Amino acid sequence: MTDTETRLKALMLRGLDGDAAAYRECLAVLGVRLRAYFARRMSGAPGDVEDLVQETLLAVHLKRSTWDTSLSFTAWAHAVARYKLIDHWRRRKVRQTLPIEDHIEFLAADEPDPGVGLELDRALATLPDKQRTLVSDVKLTGLSLAEAGAKAGMSEGAAKVALHRALKALAERMRRADR
Amino acid sequence: MRTDDLIDALVSDARATDVGATRAPSRRLAMVAGLGALAALALVLTWLHTRHDLMLAMRGGMFWMKALYTALLGVAGYLAVERLSRPGGSGRRGWILGLSVLAAFVVAGVVQAMMSPDIQMTLHMLRGHSWHVCSRNILVLGLPMLVLGLWVVRGMAPTRLTLAGLATGLFAGGVAATVYGLHCAENTFTFVALWYSLGVLSLAALGAAVGRWALRW
Repeated sequence: MTDTETRLKALMLRGLDGDAAAYRECLAVLGVRLRAYFARRMSGAPGDVEDLVQETLLAVHLKRSTWDTSLSFTAWAHAVARYKLIDHWRRRKVRQTLPIEDHIEFLAADEPDPGVGLELDRALATLPDKQRTLVSDVKLTGLSLAEAGAKAGMSEGAAKVALHRALKALAERMRRADR
Repeated sequence: MRTDDLIDALVSDARATDVGATRAPSRRLAMVAGLGALAALALVLTWLHTRHDLMLAMRGGMFWMKALYTALLGVAGYLAVERLSRPGGSGRRGWILGLSVLAAFVVAGVVQAMMSPDIQMTLHMLRGHSWHVCSRNILVLGLPMLVLGLWVVRGMAPTRLTLAGLATGLFAGGVAATVYGLHCAENTFTFVALWYSLGVLSLAALGAAVGRWALRW
């Protein structure tokens, strides 16, 4: 379990230094851990689980500057996940309590299959056309941000700004989704 | 959208934007303090005006003692909010400093009141010349920084919202009360320990009450 911390922290540090492959792997591993974490606490709602995984990954990405790199990365990520789960229950008016100290369990082994999240698509549908195509076109394996921008009629600089705005808008809309 | 596709989009964004030093919590909070102090200063200059004997007062010890007290409360708020604006962060260092400074000043105020020759003198020290406006003025001077601070803290990632709001209010209150010293001519420990502390604590309480919902992200 501390191996996972060592590995994730190393990947995240390289990711913050601009290593895209390491960042991608970090988010992918974290996604698996998040799915297991939420699934254990939300039995019988695989769609909701995937929504929360995606909302939390967005938050981890957008808020990554609040991680103090001298501290544990998984403890930080667990605190984000825990906050998003409590926020989800609060929106659904579910009263639950979560122990603070279970970030070791956060690293436990089971790996449920990814479900299909719906909130992200709903949030995506409310974005302006250009932002929406950008988000769905940029993939490391497919179009670069410059190419995706050109396709949407934007310079690379404009595409960068538009993508970042789109992700922030998605995070905000997912948060407000089930009000 | 599959989670893998979302991750692709996030990685593209990470390549395009870099999380530089400008976005570090300490830098953002320093900016809040700077702008908050400027707003409070503008209010003092245009609304309350500086005390007439400012130059003379700056040569005395009590002017700086007051400034030290309120500035330390602000530092305590900063230390707490710098941790509480991060997931899982604890404001303990800040709370310990804040409570110690508050306790020291309250003790000094009580001792000074008890050493006064008669009850009239004690009451005079408690009320000063401005007891009825002091806390309110500090509250008003701190409001711009409180609003800005809550907005900036919300942009980070607080997970204990009430405590993060409380710390933001203490931070704003400390800065506002320090600037207020340019206007206020009160110079007893007794007065400062009571009315300045109430002004700062009212901003902290307001921050806690509002933070509970305003800091959600």
